[in-house]
Amino acid sequence: MSELGETMTTKQRKPVKISALCELCHGRKAVMKRPKNMQKLCKECFFHIFETEIHLTIQKENLFYRGERVAIGASGGKDSTVLASILKTLNERYDYGLELVLLSIDEGIIGYRDDSLATVKRNQQQYEMPLKIVSYKELYNWTMDEIVACSGIKSSCTYCGVLRRQALDRGAAKLEINHVVTGHNADDMAETVLMNLLRGDTARLENSVNVTTKSSGSPIKRSKPFKYTYQKEIVLYAHYKKLDYFSTECSYAPEAFRGTARVLMKNLESVRPSCILDIIYSGEHFKLQERKKRNFNNYKKPAISASNTQNENEVEIRADGSISLGSKDGNRCEKCGYLSMNKICKACMLLEGLEMSRAKVHIEGDISVDGAAIATKKLEQLSF
Amino acid sequence: MPSVTVNAEFLGGLDVIFGGVRKSKCKVTKDSDDPIILKDLMTHIANNLIVHKKDYDVFIEDDTIRPGILVLVNDTDWELEGEENYELEDGDLITFTSTLHGG
Repeated sequence: MSELGETMTTKQRKPVKISALCELCHGRKAVMKRPKNMQKLCKECFFHIFETEIHLTIQKENLFYRGERVAIGASGGKDSTVLASILKTLNERYDYGLELVLLSIDEGIIGYRDDSLATVKRNQQQYEMPLKIVSYKELYNWTMDEIVACSGIKSSCTYCGVLRRQALDRGAAKLEINHVVTGHNADDMAETVLMNLLRGDTARLENSVNVTTKSSGSPIKRSKPFKYTYQKEIVLYAHYKKLDYFSTECSYAPEAFRGTARVLMKNLESVRPSCILDIIYSGEHFKLQERKKRNFNNYKKPAISASNTQNENEVEIRADGSISLGSKDGNRCEKCGYLSMNKICKACMLLEGLEMSRAKVHIEGDISVDGAAIATKKLEQLSF
Repeated sequence: MPSVTVNAEFLGGLDVIFGGVRKSKCKVTKDSDDPIILKDLMTHIANNLIVHKKDYDVFIEDDTIRPGILVLVNDTDWELEGEENYELEDGDLITFTSTLHGG
């Protein structure tokens, strides 16, 4: 046997210290440490406990009913890939009786979304699920590349976020599905709580940790089965199971890699890993004072005691400055007919602004807009 | 001068700061006779493999691996292997995976 071969075998035979064994089965070598309780686990026990905990969340929160059709919001990234894999596993193991469909949004970002959609298409084969892709282009007649070429890179995330939220709902509606699950994990949840707290956005704070949410008036609910699942464990699960996922930063997220709340969270986590679940726990137990309703009548005629008319004229002003049309659900946007709290939905409002600065004349065969993100990135990298 | 040759892997999108390289064979050397540890590999990577110096902070923060990057030693969480003080052996596979972005 060659020298190298010998060192290899001795390396593998190196005895495992008892302290290095899995704390559950006490038989195999531990490969990871759980952030939430510092427990050391081997691969097999980690898989088992990871899957079981998600099953318990699903059961405790009564997320699904038998025979329900559920759309998995799939981006091709780690979270949604693991979500698709796990839901398939659990659906078979515990016989949920769910019909699972992959739903992807094509924002129209060349060099980013086209690659990640290729991953989703592979997932479709691997998990044997139907796949539906809806694009910004077909819904709004704009791609993200066109939006950025028109309005610049700074506000790209604002546009994309507003448009995506509605796109998922519309995609689900096209599939006649009323339930979308997304891969938001515990880190995301804690980040949101922290961000709302830092911004003083109390209106969003209270609902930001709900496992299931619904836009008002919308028949489509969204849930997050990974609400209590650490990002670290999702990445490890994907890594150990060798799942096929896409991992490139969106080419339009200029500072996303350094997002402040995220950095703060990661730093807190490295000092005290349980803080992620602790923040969610705190978020779940915030009970906010009821918001005061502003009474416009008071400003004009302060001393009138006609309380009946006063109630009718009460208008609630929301945190973003918009005015509620009253508590009836089911208001529709006057432009696109989509469900909206306001007269015109947010997506239409943003698009209207864009439409005004869109070029009136097009050069035939012009592709300069495609991949605007990549070009911008390249320019940033240049040094002189 | 003692040296160890290990494989370094950059996953989860981390390859962007290494010019798209996902796997790299690293020969780590040290001037003294102290054992060569993971910290030495980190220094080697930070000094030799990062393409643009401004990306240094993406990899290293406060003299250690930036929070949010997972380190695996032969597929085992480095927290179980003594973190920076793990003594490298020839043929080790050290994996750096970013957990930071989109799902």
